Amino acid sequence: MSNTKTFAIAAIVVVALACLPFGVSGYVLGLLTLAYYFGVFAMSWDLLFGFAGEVNFGPSFLIGLGAYTAGMLNHYAHMPIWGCVILGSLASVIGGLLLAIPALRLSGPYFGLTTLVAVLLLQNVIVLFAGWTGGEIGLDLPDVLSIDDRNNYWISLAFMTISGAILFGLSRSAVGLILQASGQDAIQAGALGFNVTKHKLAAFCVSALFSGLAGAMLIFYEGTASPGTVVDIGVGVQVIIAAVLGGRRTILGAALGAIFLIVAGEILRPLGEISTFIVSAVALAVILFFPGGFLGTLLHRGAR
Amino acid sequence: MADLLEVSGLTKRFGGLVAVKDMHLRVGAGEILGLIGPNGSGKSTVMKLIMGIEKPNAGSVRIGGVEVAGMPSHRIARMGVGIVFQHSRPLHRQTVLENIKLALLPDSLLQLFAASHIDDRAREIAARVHLDHVMDRLPGTLPFADLRRLELARAIARNPKVVLVDEPFAGLTSGEVADFSALIASFRAEGHAVLLVDHNVKSVAALVDRALAMYLGEFIAEGTADAVMKDETVRRVYLGGAIQTAARTPLEANNSAPLLEVEDVSVFYGKAQALQNVSLHVGAREFVSVVGLNGAGKTTLFNAISGLVPSTGKIRFDGHDLTGRTGAQIARAGIVQCPESRELFGEMSVRENLDLGGQHLPRDVSARQLEWLLELFPILKSRHSQAARTLSGGEQQMLAIARALMMQPRLLILDEPTLGLAPVILEQLSKALENLRQNTEITVLLGEQNVTFALPHADRVYVLEHAHFIWEGSPERFAVEAGAQFL
Ligand SMILES: Nc1ncnc2c1ncn2[C@@H]1O[C@H](COP(=O)(O)OP(=O)(O)OP(=O)(O)O)[C@@H](O)[C@H]1O
Ligand SMILES: [Mg+2]
Repeated sequence: MSNTKTFAIAAIVVVALACLPFGVSGYVLGLLTLAYYFGVFAMSWDLLFGFAGEVNFGPSFLIGLGAYTAGMLNHYAHMPIWGCVILGSLASVIGGLLLAIPALRLSGPYFGLTTLVAVLLLQNVIVLFAGWTGGEIGLDLPDVLSIDDRNNYWISLAFMTISGAILFGLSRSAVGLILQASGQDAIQAGALGFNVTKHKLAAFCVSALFSGLAGAMLIFYEGTASPGTVVDIGVGVQVIIAAVLGGRRTILGAALGAIFLIVAGEILRPLGEISTFIVSAVALAVILFFPGGFLGTLLHRGAR
Repeated sequence: MADLLEVSGLTKRFGGLVAVKDMHLRVGAGEILGLIGPNGSGKSTVMKLIMGIEKPNAGSVRIGGVEVAGMPSHRIARMGVGIVFQHSRPLHRQTVLENIKLALLPDSLLQLFAASHIDDRAREIAARVHLDHVMDRLPGTLPFADLRRLELARAIARNPKVVLVDEPFAGLTSGEVADFSALIASFRAEGHAVLLVDHNVKSVAALVDRALAMYLGEFIAEGTADAVMKDETVRRVYLGGAIQTAARTPLEANNSAPLLEVEDVSVFYGKAQALQNVSLHVGAREFVSVVGLNGAGKTTLFNAISGLVPSTGKIRFDGHDLTGRTGAQIARAGIVQCPESRELFGEMSVRENLDLGGQHLPRDVSARQLEWLLELFPILKSRHSQAARTLSGGEQQMLAIARALMMQPRLLILDEPTLGLAPVILEQLSKALENLRQNTEITVLLGEQNVTFALPHADRVYVLEHAHFIWEGSPERFAVEAGAQFL
């Protein structure tokens, strides 16, 4: 699909979504607001997995680091939201680098395992220092983004749109091509003169930046930061499923996958325990029978 | 003037194995040095050491007088070294044009958009290696030779001073080899220093200015190509003797029911027809060669017989219809294919790969078979605990053939078995096939474009061209009637 066509479709979808608040209830808006933040988590993850070829099992390490840094600054230092968000995403980039620099030296599944351990560590630290962090219960925030459902909705939609545009543009750019080469065949990429580690690190930073940013925004929407929403392994798993479901290497598909997961989970919630089972089964079926994911499959059909 | 590429005292150990030992070589501007040696002698390793893909344990590599040993490969690449790998490794999701453009991009994080001149330059390079008509195709859809061209295009994209070319001729037809030779000669004309490795001795000798031979990681001879080929050690360890045509006793089984019958078989890949109403029969204990240029459809035919691609038409083996059987069922019925792509278990050791092949045999039979195969390919014995992924190109080929033989097939399908093998191994393989023919009940279907190897081992020959057979007959008549484009 050509870039102009992608752009046109994306623009129509965004405009349509922006009009939603005039037609649907606050409950639906709240749900979508959450879904859009998840969309950014998933898109950031896809940049790393789909392009750099590195499986990050711990997206919630980056998300949580950003969220908790921002939250604590707000709670204890009463820093304004924008300052907290910036410093939060910065913390997530630095934390990400500290993790990635040694981890990228390992090949194969070891990178992924390191990221997994990082999540567990972060979660433990939060629980251990519960006096400071609020522990399992969470940390109350004095400030919130907005108390109006519509404003919150528009903020998150705008945030997802801008992040999506940047991440998508990056993936299609010259550096995106180098990144794909580094992910697919690091030896060849090196022999062509590309510093593979540098490019992968840069991808990791970008991914960390958007994950941390989205994590920080999310808690200021919810008014509280808790491990269950931004740190738990389960959150990371959802992000990964969303990205794979939506279509690896498509960036935008990851956002679709995230919206699907959150909305489907909510619709099925009255069914109780069984709802998680149904959503997981659907996800499994899509992954098994349409490994390209929603968008990958769609694009493939279109190309024929 | 200093030579563009100077290597001295270069040594590389992999665990206990010394793959390269105290090597030295120099290549000047406008010169082609041919590096020859048997499989596993360390040629590709020398190239990887120069490129910085492997780190040397000792020794020096100088590019234009600057020491680069130990540097990471991206820096060596930017010092002006380019490599054509033994196996093509393009980006599969990108088009040919994008693959070439990639090689032209600067190593910068800030350059988001490729400068427009990069597009033009990529097209220029594509035209130079004759890829201009396939710019928008994906590598997966290209014929073998074009993939090698793409590899060449990427290696020369940055106009490197030193070009390392690993087995450019492997798997190419004589016409394509001539084409590639001309291209490589043009690098010389432009003043590049070229280091060339290939087992196609004739073409190497015709192209290079000097040759250097190595064996077991060590230097053995250097000089003009002629002188090196005449060297006593080179003859013994590398060239071997000529492949003999053994006198063939006509097979008494010839008039019995054929073992394999292929009738009217067609295969489509999407819209493209890869095989068009092909019919062939192979009698029990018969050796049949299918010769054809790259892309003629040999591999497709073999895959159809082995049940690996869906086909229309009828395929019968030993009187049983194979329609609807899975690849695994067909393999159990006794048809074993040694694929061109080798399909080894990369992380498993040589021994484990072989044991897997012999799994269904009784213990003592598989032990005997193993012993025989290790005698046939002694190098596999000395590498038995090494991961298959790290074997040299030729060693992998030997392992693939050995694993297929471990299965004691009734019908053995060999797809381009000569790919990447040193002359001396070809001679051994040739003897082994003769040995099988004399002493076992095996039937062989051999796909080759190397007719000097295919003919001596054939009772009958088919010629495949553009998805169908254009000729069938005895090897003796082949030279007269059909050989023109192959010989
Ligand atoms: N990573 C590795 N680990 C262990 N052994 C290795 C490794 N890489 C190469 N070797 C061994 O080093 C030897 C030299 O390999 P190399 O690939 O250089 O051979 P080559 O001369 O290019 O052979 P060919 O003509 O078959 O391509 C081989 O025996 C190979 O098995
Ligand atoms: Mg080699």
